[in-house]
This record gives sequence, structure tokens and C-alpha cells, in this order.
Amino acid sequence: MASISMTVNGKTVGGEVEDRTLLVEFIRENLRLTGTHVGCDTSQCGACVVHVDGKAVKSCTTLAAQANGSEVTTIEGLANGDLHPMQQAFKDNHGLQCGFCTPGMIMAATDMVNRLGKDLDEKTIRTELEGNICRCTGYHNIVKSIQDGASKM
Amino acid sequence: MYETNYHRASSVEDAISKMGSADDAKFVSGGQTLIPTMKQRLAAPSDLIDLRHVDSMKGITIDGNQITIGAATTHAEVNASKELRAICPAICDLAGHIGDPHVRHMGTIGGSIANNDPAADYPAAMMALNAQIATNKRTIDTDDFFTGMFETALDEDEIVTAVTFPAPAKAAYSKFPNPASRYAMAGVFVAKLKNGMARVGVTGAGADGVFRHEDMEEALKGDWSSSSIADCKVDADDLLSDLHADNNYRANLVKVMAKRAVEASS
Ligand SMILES: Cc1cc2nc3c(=O)[nH]c(=O)nc-3n(C[C@H](O)[C@H](O)[C@H](O)COP(=O)(O)OP(=O)(O)OC[C@H]3O[C@@H](n4cnc5c(N)ncnc54)[C@H](O)[C@@H]3O)c2cc1C
Ligand code: FES
Ligand code: FES
Repeated sequence: MASISMTVNGKTVGGEVEDRTLLVEFIRENLRLTGTHVGCDTSQCGACVVHVDGKAVKSCTTLAAQANGSEVTTIEGLANGDLHPMQQAFKDNHGLQCGFCTPGMIMAATDMVNRLGKDLDEKTIRTELEGNICRCTGYHNIVKSIQDGASKM
Repeated sequence: MYETNYHRASSVEDAISKMGSADDAKFVSGGQTLIPTMKQRLAAPSDLIDLRHVDSMKGITIDGNQITIGAATTHAEVNASKELRAICPAICDLAGHIGDPHVRHMGTIGGSIANNDPAADYPAAMMALNAQIATNKRTIDTDDFFTGMFETALDEDEIVTAVTFPAPAKAAYSKFPNPASRYAMAGVFVAKLKNGMARVGVTGAGADGVFRHEDMEEALKGDWSSSSIADCKVDADDLLSDLHADNNYRANLVKVMAKRAVEASS
């Protein structure tokens, strides 16, 4: 068993977990933060994206023990009373249908802005979404949402 | 995933000693290959020794013409390094096209070359740039390092600590990505070295993994232009056939990627 401690959405959390526990399992099952989703078992879909020490990573492809001592932000950590501008933009631009991919999309989108700035063109957004799969929307409104949300961040 | 025991190494020596006291351990760097493999139960190491926190294995140093990239440096860091881009933009561009942004935040150059996936990108660059692979025990020439599909010259308890290569006069990487996985169906890294040699590393296509194409190297040495390799033959017998592309298709792709890389080189 691994004894782990990390900061999740600003709160210090910890516990004893099996060493093989994935970060996403720790987040969903131990912390009950079920906004982070699991959409595949091949590390390809991006539904599980969270930020670890300020960088977007796939929490299904990281052990909880690897994130020991880190700062983690999940989709639940973005809103601050009001929706985060990126969340609001997905709402305004019809950027989701079933919503399953949306937490990962939004965490990928905020990471994109952190790295590349607020002025994102369509081509950049589409390339940067390489690791996030949506089965519903056809991406068009996701791209619009990210462009809108980025400009308001 | 089967049960395992996680250990975080603080130094190369610490990692080696932890490896020695475990039953059937594996090193883990970014985990972007090993963890998916463990989730599929295709690997079941008794222990995992995490190298991501070994400071001496991180970062990029440039000393005159010599470039050294620590093995625990992520693809995102290689892609973003301005100093490296100034003297070898081709390797930054290669790193920026591995997988997706999330994979690039975790995956490392050391993990990629130690894994030697036949479709991975970095091995082609190491071959073309004539890199030296430094380990905790020795320095290995790139030509002796990659020994076959998923096979390298590394011992079980040997850690890649860094790779070193001279800045090329010109280089570029051109990859035809598999539309689903983004791994290379054929990827060619061409480098015109400052000593006058030309080297060509091919990934994604070889039945034994990454290889050099010596005919193209010879042609490019005399004349660095895409027309000089127009008549070079790529032998389809040595290439992979799978549901994505047969060996003849790949042979053609290798040639096309090589020409594009030469044209794009800077
Ligand atoms: C969705 C997805 C898409 C991808 N697309 C691409 C792509 O387009 N091109 C590409 O090239 N790769 C791709 N990859 C693989 C990615 O680049 C991995 O990061 C890389 O292959 C392995 O690096 P790692 O640091 O994650 O290694 P790990 O997964 O941690 O380790 C891989 C292997 O190397 C060993 N190892 C790790 N570090 C060392 C070391 N320093 N010394 C000795 N042995 C070591 C481990 O024991 C293990 O056997 C993709 C991965 C995913 C999940
Ligand atoms: S659940 Fe993590 S990539 Fe699909
Ligand atoms: S909205 Fe349904 S998967 Fe994207």
C-alpha cells in the first residue's frame, strides 16, 4: 500500500491506496469527485484529463502514487462561484451534447490557453485536441466554445 | 492492472539499488507506454521504480555544438526549448508531433528510446543525428543501441541517463501518422551533419524496427536534394505489413517521407 498526500482543488487530501491505483480511480472513488471521466482503456480519449502541477495529463495513465506531493486540479476545481469562462463558453456555444467528453475537453482547453495564450485560431485548436475524442458533437461547436472561452479567460 | 509496488528514486544510484533489491522490477518514466501496457495486463512488474524525480536526468544542455538531453526530459520540454530550436529545430518539431499534448507532458525521451517501439519517432532522430546514448554504465553508439523491435542493447538494470548529439547543419523529420493512433506508419529523419556525412533514420516501416537507409545517405552526401534520392530503392522485403498498410505501400511512403524531409530541412 502507498500512503499518499496531494493538493486537489486547493484542499490537502490523502489516504492509503494500493500502489496500482490510477490517479483517476483515486479522484473518483476515494475523493468522490466524479466529474473526471473514464472513456476508454487505451489512453486515447482524454475524458480523464486533469491538471497535475499545472499541466494537462491523462489521469487514467498516471498512478496516484506518481502524483504524490503534486497539485491537482479537476473540473470541479475550475468554477469559483460562477462557472469558469471556459465552462460558460461550452454552455453558450452548445459545445456539448451528452457531456461525457466535456470535463476532459474543458481541462484540455484551459491547458491550451495556459500554454498558447488567449488568441487561438481554429487550426491550432483542432490540432491541440488530438488527445480528446468526442462521439457526439462533430467537434465544430467544441472548437467555437474554446475560441470563445479562451478570449474571455 | 496486476498488483505492483511503487518506489520513487531520488538519484540514479538510488534507482539502481532499488532495482537490485526488487524481484522483477521495471523503471517507469512518463508511464505513457508502460502504464497502458500494465492496464492491459501485458506487463506485470513486481515493482516500479519512478525516474521522473531524478534531477540529474532532466533538462537540455547545449555546449557549443554538442546537445545533451536528459533522459527524463519530457516531449513537451523538448518541443518548447528555444535554445534547442535555435540549433536543431527538427528535434523540437518531432517532439511536438508525438501523440497529443497530455501524453507529451508526461512521456520522456529516455522512455521512448528504451522502449524502441517500431513506430516511435525518437529512434529515427537518434539514428540520423548519430547520437550517443549515455547510461549509468557506459556510452552506447546509436548504431549499436537499437537491436530490433522493442529490443535495445540495455541490460535489465541499466538506465538511460541522457542522449548527446552534435547540432546538424540541416535536418528535418517527416512522418506519415496513422490516422487513428498518430504513431508513424513511416517516419524519416534526415540529417546533414557538419562533418559532411548525411544520415537517414527510418521508423514505422522496418520489420526489425528503426533502421538507416544507406543508399539514400550516400546519395544525399553527394547532393543534398530530394531529386538525388529519386532513384534510391527501398526494399519492401524488409518492411512491415499490417492491416494499415502492406510492405510495398510502406516502401513508397518511406521514399515520399524522405523527399519531403529533405525539402523541409533547415
Ligand atoms: C495516446 C498515445 C499516443 C502516443 N503517440 C506516440 C507517437 O505518435 N510517437 C511516439 O514516438 N510515441 C507515442 N506514444 C508513446 C509516448 O511517446 C511514450 O511517452 C514513450 O514511448 C515512452 O516514454 P515514457 O517516458 O512514457 O516511458 P515509460 O512508459 O515510463 O517506459 C517505457 C519503457 O521504457 C523503460 N524506461 C523508461 N525510462 C527509462 C530509462 N531512462 N532508462 C531505461 N529504461 C527506461 C521502462 O521500463 C519501460 O519498459 C504515445 C503514447 C500514447 C499513450
Ligand atoms: S480515459 Fe483516459 S484517455 Fe480515455
Ligand atoms: S458530447 Fe458526447 S462525447 Fe462529446
